[in-house]
Amino acid sequence: MSRHTLSVLVENKPGVLARVSALFSRRGFNIDSLAVGPTEHDDISRMTIVVNVEDLPLEQVTKQLNKLVNVLKIVELDPTQSVQRELMLIKVRAEAETRSHVLELVSLFRARCVDVSSDAVTIEVTGTPDKLEAFIKVLEPFGIKELVQSGMVAVGRGARSITDRSLRALDRSA
Amino acid sequence: MTERMTGAQALVRALEHVGVDTVFGIPGGAILPAYDPLYDSTKVRHVLVRHEQGAGHAAEGYAQATGKVGVCMATSGPGATNLVTPIADAYMDSVPIVAITGQVPSGSIGTDAFQEADIAGITMPITKHNFLVTDPLDIPRTIAEAFHIASTGRPGPVLVDIAKDTLQAMTTFTWPPIMQLPGYRPVTRPHSKQIREAAKLIVESARPVLYVGGGVHKARASAELLRLAELTGIPVITTLMARGTFPDSHPQHLGMPGMHGSVAAVGSLQRADLIITLGARFDDRVTGQLSSFAPHAKIVHADIDPAEISKNRHADVPIVGDCREVIGDLATAVENEYTEGRRGDYTDWWTQLNGYKTTYALGYEEFEDGSLAPQYVMERLSAIVGPDAYYVAGVGQHQMWAAQFIDYEKPGSFINSGGAGTMGFAVPAAMGAKMGKPDATVWAIDGDGCFQMTNQELATCAIEGVPVKIAIINNGNLGMVRQWQTLFYESRYSNTNLQSVRRIPDFVKLAEAYGCVGLRCERAEDVDATIKKAMEINDVPVVVDFVVHQDAMVWPMVAAGTSNDEIKFARDMAPIWESED
Repeated sequence: MSRHTLSVLVENKPGVLARVSALFSRRGFNIDSLAVGPTEHDDISRMTIVVNVEDLPLEQVTKQLNKLVNVLKIVELDPTQSVQRELMLIKVRAEAETRSHVLELVSLFRARCVDVSSDAVTIEVTGTPDKLEAFIKVLEPFGIKELVQSGMVAVGRGARSITDRSLRALDRSA
Repeated sequence: MTERMTGAQALVRALEHVGVDTVFGIPGGAILPAYDPLYDSTKVRHVLVRHEQGAGHAAEGYAQATGKVGVCMATSGPGATNLVTPIADAYMDSVPIVAITGQVPSGSIGTDAFQEADIAGITMPITKHNFLVTDPLDIPRTIAEAFHIASTGRPGPVLVDIAKDTLQAMTTFTWPPIMQLPGYRPVTRPHSKQIREAAKLIVESARPVLYVGGGVHKARASAELLRLAELTGIPVITTLMARGTFPDSHPQHLGMPGMHGSVAAVGSLQRADLIITLGARFDDRVTGQLSSFAPHAKIVHADIDPAEISKNRHADVPIVGDCREVIGDLATAVENEYTEGRRGDYTDWWTQLNGYKTTYALGYEEFEDGSLAPQYVMERLSAIVGPDAYYVAGVGQHQMWAAQFIDYEKPGSFINSGGAGTMGFAVPAAMGAKMGKPDATVWAIDGDGCFQMTNQELATCAIEGVPVKIAIINNGNLGMVRQWQTLFYESRYSNTNLQSVRRIPDFVKLAEAYGCVGLRCERAEDVDATIKKAMEINDVPVVVDFVVHQDAMVWPMVAAGTSNDEIKFARDMAPIWESED
């Protein structure tokens, strides 16, 4: 099994997320993470889906996704040719004696404190899954009270955009 | 063209514009606004069925007989959920139908309102696409899109769910609407490089087979197939969904592959060095155990749905395209190879295959007590009714016998439920086929188990003047399940006997109660006369109760999950294959 990052451009219509996630579960594919949000074009949403599958099932996933009428385009993003980020908010126990240690780690990981109370801090950190995992590891000894994480979003490196051609298709149909 | 009208009027007008002449359905609360303008339509005939499942299968039968999109209509909640089975059936067999359902008023959606069901959510995995319409302005465009999606590319069912208040609201009707389907672009033109690659494999192969599926008839490509087959001399096998696509009488035809396929067809796949797959999908009922399927064969796989290619079996040459274009281009490419002096020699292959054909021709057992063999009924139907009729089967033993023992010469003349295996398909689908082709003879071939699932549509047939003919192959049991119990469960017949006390119901009386003519036939010597009598009655539906022996079995058989090499042509009788070289 290997991790693959799919960028999926979809029409911004109700029910599209349900169609995509239902297709994954119906065909027996597991989603590691899924993030969905608007793009530079009002009519298009972009999903970033991380799946853990062999190459052949990945081909099936892509083909089945392509059959969904609301799916405009699917691109697999190579981790070396793209910027991939997750966002995490993490609430750590930090009393007077440990707070400075925690804050040191925050700056080492280029994270930010977004909330402070007498016995805890909430930290915002973005990065690759590896970095976030490392960050969790170093914070664990202090006591993690709460952790919330987004799905991964990713964009290809360089000047090219994957939305250009899909926009033209949308314009034609409008 | 722009006009003010209600959403319901816009719906009916849009249906008229896309060419709908027949709608099968049942009204109810949420769809009621649509039935009012439908009452006035001179172009659309609404057929009031007795159960929404009947409406769905009738739409399928209509679609398969005519090649047009079949239409069914139902109200919200249970009306809509009763369409789920035919929609799933149409999805599995790629049948173009559009289901129109009423939905509770938009303000009530999500509140568990009376007769509310999230039919768009329910049918998401069994439709090619579906829509929930809550703005009357969207109705004409949605109908145009639904029909376009259902009928193009790989055909399939599309559901349009319309909220009641949307049907009632005033709107502006504009035709033609501009479709907005930027993500829907089926590929129909095959890639020329792949075609040349396939042609090269064809002339290089020694043991090729043309594996023909339902997609060839859906592409209306029988003539192209005949040309390719005769040009190359390659043997042809036709799947359950392709019976009739290539004439059974043609010497190059080896029969049907699969679990109940002919020894020649199954054997050809297992020994082939090249399988040219046209609009077929390597279904488990064809491949048997996948790991031992066609072990020596390279695969050319042509399909309009890219997701079918290399799904079950890796394709050495994948071709995405419409089968009509693919087969036409393939013939031209093969001719080019011939001009270059490259040509395959299949003489030894044919010697081997003709051996299978003659040694293991289809046969069946007669019963010593003189009771009727179901296969004999099929043979006589085939001989007397002939190849111009449509034969519509349900699911089970009778379906397999109908596939095996009726000679199909014309594309699309065999209509049945293949992928989904929906018992109860035959009666309503035959009704739909007859309405689509009123001048043709339509015979439903049904089991007594299947028949009891949907026979209420006989009332529709009788009242609407749809003189179908129904042959019930009545063995008093759920025959196919009983056959498996005989073979795999030590003849422990758990819950498969439908008539343990006496013949209930009496199908002749039942037919009469429905305003049909009921006939019964229990002996071989009466079969011809009974069929002829049924053929003479053309003003009302005819139901013939063919009472057959309960122990008749379907052979050949590849047991589920086993290898095609384990095919038996009768109980415990395996073909003797020549030693592999």
